[in-house]
Amino acid sequence: MKVLVPVKRVVDYNVKVRVKADGTGVETANVKMSMNPFDEIALEEAVRLKEAGKATEIIAVSCGVQASQETLRTALAIGADRAVLVQTDAELQPLAVAKLLCAVAKKENPTIVLMGKQAIDDDCNQTGQMFAALMGWAQGTFASKVIVDGDKVSVTREIDGGLETVSLKLPAAITVDLRLNEPRYVTLPNIMKAKKKPLEVLAPDALGVDITPRIATLKVEEPPKRKAGVKVPDAKTLVEKLKNEAKVIQ
Amino acid sequence: MSILVIAEHDNQSIKTATLNALGAAAQIGGDIAVLVAGSECAAAGQAAAAITGVSKVLVADSPLYGGQLAENVAALVVGLAAGHTHILAAATTNGKNVMPRIAALLDVAQISEIIAVKSPDTFVRPIYAGAALATVQSKDAIKVITVRTTGFDAVPFTGGSAAVESVAAGADAGLSTLVGREIVKSDRPELAAARIVISGGRGMGSSEKFKILEPVADKLGAALGASRAAVDAGFVSNDLQVGQTGKVVAPELYIAVGISGAIQHLAGMQDSRVIVAINKDEEAPIFQVADYGIVGDLFQIVPELEKELG
Ligand SMILES: Cc1cc2nc3c(=O)[nH]c(=O)nc-3n(C[C@H](O)[C@H](O)[C@H](O)COP(=O)(O)OP(=O)(O)OC[C@H]3O[C@@H](n4cnc5c(N)ncnc54)[C@H](O)[C@@H]3O)c2cc1C
Ligand SMILES: Nc1ncnc2c1ncn2[C@@H]1O[C@H](COP(=O)(O)O)[C@@H](O)[C@H]1O
Repeated sequence: MKVLVPVKRVVDYNVKVRVKADGTGVETANVKMSMNPFDEIALEEAVRLKEAGKATEIIAVSCGVQASQETLRTALAIGADRAVLVQTDAELQPLAVAKLLCAVAKKENPTIVLMGKQAIDDDCNQTGQMFAALMGWAQGTFASKVIVDGDKVSVTREIDGGLETVSLKLPAAITVDLRLNEPRYVTLPNIMKAKKKPLEVLAPDALGVDITPRIATLKVEEPPKRKAGVKVPDAKTLVEKLKNEAKVIQ
Repeated sequence: MSILVIAEHDNQSIKTATLNALGAAAQIGGDIAVLVAGSECAAAGQAAAAITGVSKVLVADSPLYGGQLAENVAALVVGLAAGHTHILAAATTNGKNVMPRIAALLDVAQISEIIAVKSPDTFVRPIYAGAALATVQSKDAIKVITVRTTGFDAVPFTGGSAAVESVAAGADAGLSTLVGREIVKSDRPELAAARIVISGGRGMGSSEKFKILEPVADKLGAALGASRAAVDAGFVSNDLQVGQTGKVVAPELYIAVGISGAIQHLAGMQDSRVIVAINKDEEAPIFQVADYGIVGDLFQIVPELEKELG
C-alpha cells in the first residue's frame, strides 16, 4: 500500500507575520520557512503506518517554488521514501493544488493520501476535500485517529460537538488534526540519508493541469489593533469594573 | 443574485450558525433559499421557513443525509447548484468538510471564512491566523463560501414565511458510513454562540484543577473554552479549543485564565468585545489584547472571582 503525503512550505508558525507596506501580501523575504505543521503530523502518521507494516512506500509531494525541495528533504528525513516536486513560481490556490495532486496520484496510485487539514498561511482548509472530490474518493477530514483495516479505513474526526467516527472505502483522502500524533524529531543520520533519496521534479504543464488562479487578492492589510487595557489589583476590582465600566455583567 | 444557504441543523431545529450565514447572504442580497438535507428533518425545514429573509426552503429528507456525510451531501448540492450565483454555509466543522468538496465538483474556487462582504463578488477573510486580512475577488460563476459566524449578525429566527419544497435525494455515493458520534454533553451555553466565555490554558495544571473554572462559568452563565495546550494535555475535550485551528468566538466577555496568548489562540478570540486575562507572568502577550488584566496566581484569583460574583 502506497501512501502519498502532500507537504506545503509555509512561513514558520513562530514568525510574527508582517503585512507588506504596499498591501500586496505579507513579507516572506528573509523569513524562516518550514513544513506546514499539520503536514508533519500527516507524514508522521504515514511513517507509523509503514512501521506497523501497513504501508509499503511513502511519497511526499509538494507544489510550489524550487525552494520547496528543502521541505521535501525534511520529509525524506522524517521517513518518506521518495519525493515529487511540482515546480512553479506561479501563485497556487487550493483548487489548482488539488488538481496537481490528482495528476500525481493518477501516476502513483496510492491507497491513502494523508494531508494537513489546513495550511497555516492561507488558512483555507480546502485542498484535501477538493482532492477527494476530484478523485471521486471518500474523505475523512480533521482526523484524530486513523485505523486501516483491510479495504477500509476508520477515521475519528474532531467535530464541533466532540468526535465522530466514519468508515471509508479505500482509496481515501484523510486530512489530519493536531491530536492525531506527535511528530518525531529529525535526526542527523536521517538528514544525511535523505540527501540520497530520490526527488523528482515535474512541471504543471507536463501534468496537463490548468493552475490559473480563480480568486484575485485585491488588498492585504493589518487587522485593527487592540489596545492593551489596564491591570487591576484583584478580583474585587475586576468585578466592579466589569459591572460599572464595561457593563458586561450585572 | 440567487443564494443557496446550506443549513446546519439536528433534523429538529436550525443551528444559530446558519443565522449568521444568512446574515452574510442578506448583505450579498437577492433571493435566498435554504437547503435542509437530513433524515426525518421536516421539523427543521419548517423552522427554516420561519427565518427572516428566507424566500424558499428545500428539504432533502432521506436516510442518506442522516450522518451529514460529505460525499452524499456534496453530490446533492451539486445537483441543485444550477441557477445559483452563491452557495453559502457557516464555517462550522460541517461546513468546512462539505463546501470544498462541492466547489471542486463545480470546478470553482471556495472562499473560506469570510468576515465581510464588500460586493457580491468581493469578500474579506483573515489569513496567517488573523495576522492579516485579505480582500479577495472571485472570478467564478458560482461563489462557494464559508462564513465565519463572528463576522455577521444573526438574522432573526422568526418573521419569515417561506415556501417549503421537497427535493429528491441523490444517489448514495457508497464511499463512507457513519460509525458513531461521541458528542460532549453540557448544560452550559454553546461555545461558539455564548455571550460570555471563560477559557483555561496550560496554567490550569490538570483536568481536576481545570474544574475550578466551572463554578465561575455557572455564575456568569458562560461557556467553557480552552487553549490548544490545555486540550493536548487532556484537561478538556477537543471541542473546547479556541483558536486558529479550533473555534472562533467573539463573545461580549472573554476571560483567559492561565493562557499565554499565542497568535494561534488570539486568532480565535481577539474580536471579543471585552477581554480579561489572569496570568502570573506580567509579560504574557495576552495582556497586550486584554482590557483588564490581573497579574497573579490563578489558583488564588479564580476562587476570589467566584466569591465576588456572589
Ligand atoms: C499549527 C498550529 C495550530 C495551533 N492552533 C491553536 C489553536 O487553535 N488554539 C490555541 O490555543 N493554540 C493553538 N496552537 C498552539 C499555540 O501556539 C500555543 O502553543 C498555545 O496556545 C499555548 O497554550 P497556553 O497559552 O495554554 O500555554 P502556554 O503558552 O504554556 O501558557 C501558559 C500560561 O499560563 C500561565 N500560568 C501558569 N501557571 C499559572 C498560575 N498558577 N497562575 C496564573 N498563570 C499561570 C503562564 O504564565 C503562561 O503564560 C497552535 C499551534 C500550531 C503550531
Ligand atoms: N502547495 C502545496 N503543496 C503540497 N501540498 C499542499 C499545498 N497546498 C496545500 N497542500 C496540502 O493541503 C493541505 C491543506 O491546505 P489548504 O487547503 O491550503 O489549507 C495542506 O496541509 C497540505 O497537506
